[in-house]
Amino acid sequence: MTLDTVKHAAETPESAQPWKELGLKQDEYERIREILDRRPTGAELAMYSVMWSEHCSYKSSKVHLKQFGEKAPENDALLVGIGENAGVVDVGQGYAVTFKVESHNHPSYIEPYQGAATGVGGIVRDILAMGARPVAVMDPLRFGAADHPDTKRVLPGVVAGIGGYGNCLGLPNIGGEVVFDPCYQGNPLVNALCVGVMKHEDIHLAKASGAGNKVILYGARTGGDGIGGVSVLASETFDSTGPSRRPAVQVGDPFQEKLLIECTLEIFREDLVAGIQDLGGAGLSCATSELASAGSGGMRVELDTVPLRDATLSPEEILMSESQERMCAVVEPGNVDRFLEICEKWDVIATVIGEVTEGERLEIFWHGEQIVDVPPRSVAHEGPTYHRPYARPEWQDALQADDANKLARPANADELREQILKLVASPNQASKAWITDQYDRFVQGNTVLAQPEDSGMVRIDEETNLGVAVSTDGNGRYAKLDPYTGAQLALAESYRNVAASGAKPLAISDCLNFGSPEDPGVMWQFAEATRGLADACQILGTPVTGGNVSLYNQTGDTAIHPTPVVAVLGVIDDVTRRTPIAFAEEGQLLYLLGETREEFGGSAWSQVVHDHLGGLPPQVDLERERLLAEILISGSRDGMIDAAHDLSDGGVVQAVVESCLRGGRGARLVVPDGLDAFTFLLSESAGRAIVAVPRSEELRFTDMCGARGLPATRIGVIDGDAVEVQGEFSIPLSELRTAHEETVPGLLA
Amino acid sequence: MARVVVDVMLKPEILDPQGQAVQRALPRLGFQGIADVRQGKRFELEVEGPVDEAALARIHEMAETFLANTVIEDFVVKVEEPATAGESK
Repeated sequence: MTLDTVKHAAETPESAQPWKELGLKQDEYERIREILDRRPTGAELAMYSVMWSEHCSYKSSKVHLKQFGEKAPENDALLVGIGENAGVVDVGQGYAVTFKVESHNHPSYIEPYQGAATGVGGIVRDILAMGARPVAVMDPLRFGAADHPDTKRVLPGVVAGIGGYGNCLGLPNIGGEVVFDPCYQGNPLVNALCVGVMKHEDIHLAKASGAGNKVILYGARTGGDGIGGVSVLASETFDSTGPSRRPAVQVGDPFQEKLLIECTLEIFREDLVAGIQDLGGAGLSCATSELASAGSGGMRVELDTVPLRDATLSPEEILMSESQERMCAVVEPGNVDRFLEICEKWDVIATVIGEVTEGERLEIFWHGEQIVDVPPRSVAHEGPTYHRPYARPEWQDALQADDANKLARPANADELREQILKLVASPNQASKAWITDQYDRFVQGNTVLAQPEDSGMVRIDEETNLGVAVSTDGNGRYAKLDPYTGAQLALAESYRNVAASGAKPLAISDCLNFGSPEDPGVMWQFAEATRGLADACQILGTPVTGGNVSLYNQTGDTAIHPTPVVAVLGVIDDVTRRTPIAFAEEGQLLYLLGETREEFGGSAWSQVVHDHLGGLPPQVDLERERLLAEILISGSRDGMIDAAHDLSDGGVVQAVVESCLRGGRGARLVVPDGLDAFTFLLSESAGRAIVAVPRSEELRFTDMCGARGLPATRIGVIDGDAVEVQGEFSIPLSELRTAHEETVPGLLA
Repeated sequence: MARVVVDVMLKPEILDPQGQAVQRALPRLGFQGIADVRQGKRFELEVEGPVDEAALARIHEMAETFLANTVIEDFVVKVEEPATAGESK
């Protein structure tokens, strides 16, 4: 095949090009021709097609995502906002924390182990590129029905991949979620979050400025990983026989990544980089164009200097390759030798592949011939923007009218007991220990809290005991009933979880998993969810620092439930003050904070007992969430509460069962005045938590709640070895433990 | 009893961290001149009854669905002649 140079492209304007096969639309291809004032070369077409894809350009979502910036609350803690590899938050004592959640959904469906493993690898490099040492990971996961045969294929692979990669890196996995729902059949959601820590002065940004600075590619060699559709370009003809497509699967090498982490941190310590970027989706196309675009604009790259694993790769394929464990740095000429020396020490291959130039063009050469000559902004930041039509689906009204509060309730105490046992044993409410036990939660020795606690918490300073807590939450059932409220509930739950563990919520990252943006109904869900999140962030004072959008999660015409997953990061000055969920001290008093209404729409009870989804999700009161969080944090700091558990799906009974099993103690509960046992135990009203208060602190605690106007109702005491609801039923802990802990291994082991 | 061998290798374009680790170790141990190493798996199946077309079809299916992960691996099925079994090539 003759090389498609810039010169050649200018001379052959009419050559047919496989823009359609690369996923570009006619008008997008026309626009590329307009920008370049000629047809693109094969390499340029490859770059534009991948950078203008939904995944890289956010072309359908960015008109809505803008709100996260426009409505961002004033927040002194935010050091780096949305738009960089990850946001950075000030947590005090000179420390900054960066965190981000991303999706790796589709790759994990195709090849569960490698898809999930490289998902972890990718988010870890994002955090590393900000200048931070990665300290913990978390994984919010969604699968199809727990008893579906394909779940048995996908889930063990995903869990092994997360565990394998994270354990090899020596990063504790401190939490996440596992949710089963038939809507994720064929579209599992594998989201991955990483937290990193640095000192303020160590923050690094992705930009290439300073003409003459060298561009260094370091890490693994480039191979044919994840090239997918672009191989059509490597073929001379695009006739019906078609080229042999290379696979889209990337394989990770966590030991290479570990070297990359240590090598990069040493390079940061010696202050050798002017700009840095990890290589993820779209590989070198993305790294070179984004670095150049964020800098002064000019960059020249000699593509044939890129170290290859497979010598037969075409330049287009090298530009598109998603080989893992690679980074790209911009380095002043005087620092290059030292940079390469450090890489050699860590056994990391490093190559100068180009330099920053005076001009405003990204120019790429292949054995001396120019194959790319583009304005980098047009590739990286000025891709297409779509104002996709959106409309409330016509089924939404009927769904909301199908009121879950009208479902048949248990007729007597025996039936209530039976339904509660069924609930705590259902796959979504059951213990996920079988899954999380496959991850190393304690490596590095800084883990304070991990699954099944409300949030994961790690210590970041051994001297002062400063720590951070993170929780990820999302409820697709709530969001399906009302995407605006559902997104706010995801944020509220995550916020509440962080506060329940004693940490002060500071900022959020979100992973927005939706169906096809070309469906106006899905686009409406997306618009509503982003609006809901942005509005809620304003009230809670927690800015969105970054995140990721995953669209096209659907099979045929059927989209997944809209699933905004929200990660909230909080700070705690002294991790020894953290609040666990365990009810451990006999005689302590149990208080229910917040108000309980009859709210069963989208509830776990309606799913488990009636296989029903309808009505409205619980109401959101963000001012109340804020107050509740303040009480939980004060209570923890001042030693007034010894245990706390947020209330969400499954309501009071779910939380009590988890806390009792965690602490190995029973609880005697009394149904409060004005509530019936069923509503008390199973309603999912938001803005609530259960706390265990030592008797000596009762007065001080209730005084504080009273003074600040937070309803606090005494509902029982930690006692015995059963969960007993007076006048209703009693279930021994042993029976609850069997029900709660044997489900998941029974289905999947 | 006849023996059927299924060789499973990562597809050529897929990264092989194990093979790379072996390759990097070789020069350190004084073995020069090896440009690349790829590591695979070999299954030796002792077949009950004749190795006819039906048996091979069954083994092929077995390899495709269980022994190999065909998303990232290729496999080859070979019948080993009893006379040559155990000989090294």
